[in-house]
Amino acid sequence: MACNEGSPIVKDLVLIVTAVILSLAAAGAIYRIAVGPSLLDRVLASDVLLAILGAALAIDMAVNRHLNNLVLLVALSLIGFIGSVTVARFVADRRGQVNDS
Amino acid sequence: MTPDATGMDAVIDAVTAVLLIVGALMSLGAAIGLLRFPDLMSRMHAATKPQVLGLFLVLAAIGLQMRELWVWPVLLVAWIFQLLTVPVSAHMVGRAGYRTKHLHPELLSADELEAVVLRAAGEQASAGEEPAEEKDEEAGKQP
Amino acid sequence: MSRKRISFRTELPLLIWLVVVWGALWRDFSPGNLVFGAMVAVVVARVFYLPPVELSGRFNVLRAIPFAIVFLGKVVAASLNVMFLAIFRGPAVTNAVVAVPLRSHSDLMVTATGHVISLIPGSLVVEVDRSTSTLYIHGLNVRNDADLAKLRREVQDTEAGLIRIMGTRAEMEALQAEGWPATRGARS
Repeated sequence: MACNEGSPIVKDLVLIVTAVILSLAAAGAIYRIAVGPSLLDRVLASDVLLAILGAALAIDMAVNRHLNNLVLLVALSLIGFIGSVTVARFVADRRGQVNDS
Repeated sequence: MTPDATGMDAVIDAVTAVLLIVGALMSLGAAIGLLRFPDLMSRMHAATKPQVLGLFLVLAAIGLQMRELWVWPVLLVAWIFQLLTVPVSAHMVGRAGYRTKHLHPELLSADELEAVVLRAAGEQASAGEEPAEEKDEEAGKQP
Repeated sequence: MSRKRISFRTELPLLIWLVVVWGALWRDFSPGNLVFGAMVAVVVARVFYLPPVELSGRFNVLRAIPFAIVFLGKVVAASLNVMFLAIFRGPAVTNAVVAVPLRSHSDLMVTATGHVISLIPGSLVVEVDRSTSTLYIHGLNVRNDADLAKLRREVQDTEAGLIRIMGTRAEMEALQAEGWPATRGARS
């Protein structure tokens, strides 16, 4: 098929707009990781940060028309899943000893 | 290339641009929720729901841009993985949060679990064994 | 083997899913790759033994498609709802933890309901009581008893929809005995 690369202005515009939005979102998530009063808040925020990274990878795939990051994307969501479940288990097991972290 | 096809291309590109920007906005929505909500439980809502929709929109944009049929099942699998894992991790975090008293009772208009927990704790103290605590594990984990 | 053998029929949905994932990860749906994937799937299912998921044996596609479309719409509504609350309500949001008893006692049904509930607006599963199959749900922006009743109603509607798609005959009959119209119950 004839690979029409789309109009470069639209492409650049989309890249810039999404980059700004995702940077703001990542800044919010990082702020919550920094101040988050408890461990679980931080876990939740780092999960969101992983999702934002995944969104960035996916946007790169859509704009440049390739699928190289797809396996990375699935791996990223699995890592986020296993990580938060593990930490949640760990926190639940410690209940009764420490009230809040 | 016929003019018609280029017209289609322009439409697809425009739709893709909208999908990508809205998808990115979903991430921003999650971050705003994380910053603005007062307690862990409400933040959990903000962390899970926009994430799923955002990934859906961005994957749809990829599907539109690739213009090949075999991409769609691949993208669908990636999204279904997300659908299966996000509620489970949110449930695990929420459960741990409830048990370690991360709730702010003054923000709740009703709490129907509290009485059950108190009763279970009483039974545990008298019988000296675990109540229905580990049993619910499998129900939450089975995808 | 000392373990209870799982019949091939019970295992088939799992194997099909594994083959689809295999093909998707290789990005290659050619017959040769799928056959090799099927072999890997059988080996994995034999070696990494899990308790079998008890399917009811019926699956209503005609009801599944509208359910999926409504579900997608609700996912969109959920995200917009959370964003709206985050921006305009923010720190003043009021929540509740609600106990919702479910009709079905099968693990699959409770799990599926919990998953769908977690993804539609304003609800998240906090705790599951498997012995009574009760879900404890954290509702976002639940201010009074009317909101509470609405949330409970929504959960039970979702379960009813899932039962109509893949519940057992007994669950279907219980649903009809309760006075649910067989056509469409969702009012929301």
